[in-house]
Amino acid sequence: MKIFLSNHGNLRNFRSFIKSLDLSNPSTLEITTHDKWVTVHPANLVLAASLALKVGRENSKIVGKVPETGRYLDRMGLYKLTSTHSEFNYHKKEEAGRFVPIKVIKDAKDQSLFISDMVPLLHLSESNTTVVKYIIGELVRNVLEHAYAKNGAIVAAQYFKKTNRVSIAICDTGIGIWKSMHENWHPKTDLEAINLALTPGITGTTRREGGTSENAGAGLFFIKSIAKISRNYFVIYSGKAEYTLLKHNKRIKGYPRLYSDPTRDPHNFAKDAASFEGTLVSVDISLDETPELNDLLSRIGEVYDKAIRERKKNKYKEPKFI
Amino acid sequence: MKKIIKMKSLIGDFAENKDIAKKLRLKEIIPVLSSGAEIILDFKGVSGATQSFVHALISDPIRKYKDVAFNNLVYKNANNNIRETVSIVYRYMQESFEDER
Repeated sequence: MKIFLSNHGNLRNFRSFIKSLDLSNPSTLEITTHDKWVTVHPANLVLAASLALKVGRENSKIVGKVPETGRYLDRMGLYKLTSTHSEFNYHKKEEAGRFVPIKVIKDAKDQSLFISDMVPLLHLSESNTTVVKYIIGELVRNVLEHAYAKNGAIVAAQYFKKTNRVSIAICDTGIGIWKSMHENWHPKTDLEAINLALTPGITGTTRREGGTSENAGAGLFFIKSIAKISRNYFVIYSGKAEYTLLKHNKRIKGYPRLYSDPTRDPHNFAKDAASFEGTLVSVDISLDETPELNDLLSRIGEVYDKAIRERKKNKYKEPKFI
Repeated sequence: MKKIIKMKSLIGDFAENKDIAKKLRLKEIIPVLSSGAEIILDFKGVSGATQSFVHALISDPIRKYKDVAFNNLVYKNANNNIRETVSIVYRYMQESFEDER
């Protein structure tokens, strides 16, 4: 497998990143970078880290000329997952206030420790911290419950001061969304499976409204909606499909309208991407645009309720008129 | 009779661990509700809760005990984040009742 880390790694360009992926020869991993400048989003990082963990350190390497900005890969912990020795020498400043390096989370206890110990490293306000904890809590739990991923959930996050934005990415090399949805919903394609996973009230564990005692099918819809309200990107990639929620136009005043049907949101998609055995979810949150969590939840909850009511209505029997 | 559960000592300052939610549901909430007693979940010091956590905690008791759960399951010191999440779960669980008749 080959991964190229370019000089424009962000969620807007995520499709071009996955277009450049070569996932053939799944027993080795070669990571190359742009030779003059490398810009990496946590989404690119966790995908590379997940594949490195899958093939093993001895079969993963970073090759070719890595520019000075590539020291970020070292700071975020990517070198440690490969057999390549980092040649970067720099003063390791305190991590606080900037990023959460690549972490592997294998169980609920790891998840709680990560949320209590690592999220504060981003040094956000209390209300923004709660939003980030919410997002990480839901996304990691999804992996632990539904992905059956031997290597757990691989997580990284970065705060960008200039744009006052937090980027979060979570990846696993588990069964992928199609398999997770297959038993109860029979999606035909990976893209259909992703759309189902983003629809409020639909969970892979049951077709019953209200879900099971453990799952309701709300997690991904809530996270996508948080990204939409904060007018930023949300990406999900699994199997051969990828869905990117596009940024809501800033010139349109008021909060962006939420839809229960993910295909109504402004988005890009791919259905013939390099087939990735696992799932990657990433979200950018613009902190300037993010309301308090309770306000976010209230707006999202209204759409969630409406979606469930409408789906129920569709199941009503019609009277027979002759 | 009332039983009070101090949530912070079990879940920390942010409620996201569904394993703990499940344990609380099975070992505390359901036995108390089935005895007809009241249970108070005290969220003092908890800043928020994921929808998944709250769902794992209370959806089954609501589905099984309906009015008994509405009357005897009480939330104390819940901030606006927690109130909103709990309210969302209450609404969609009630929407699901009709399906099960």
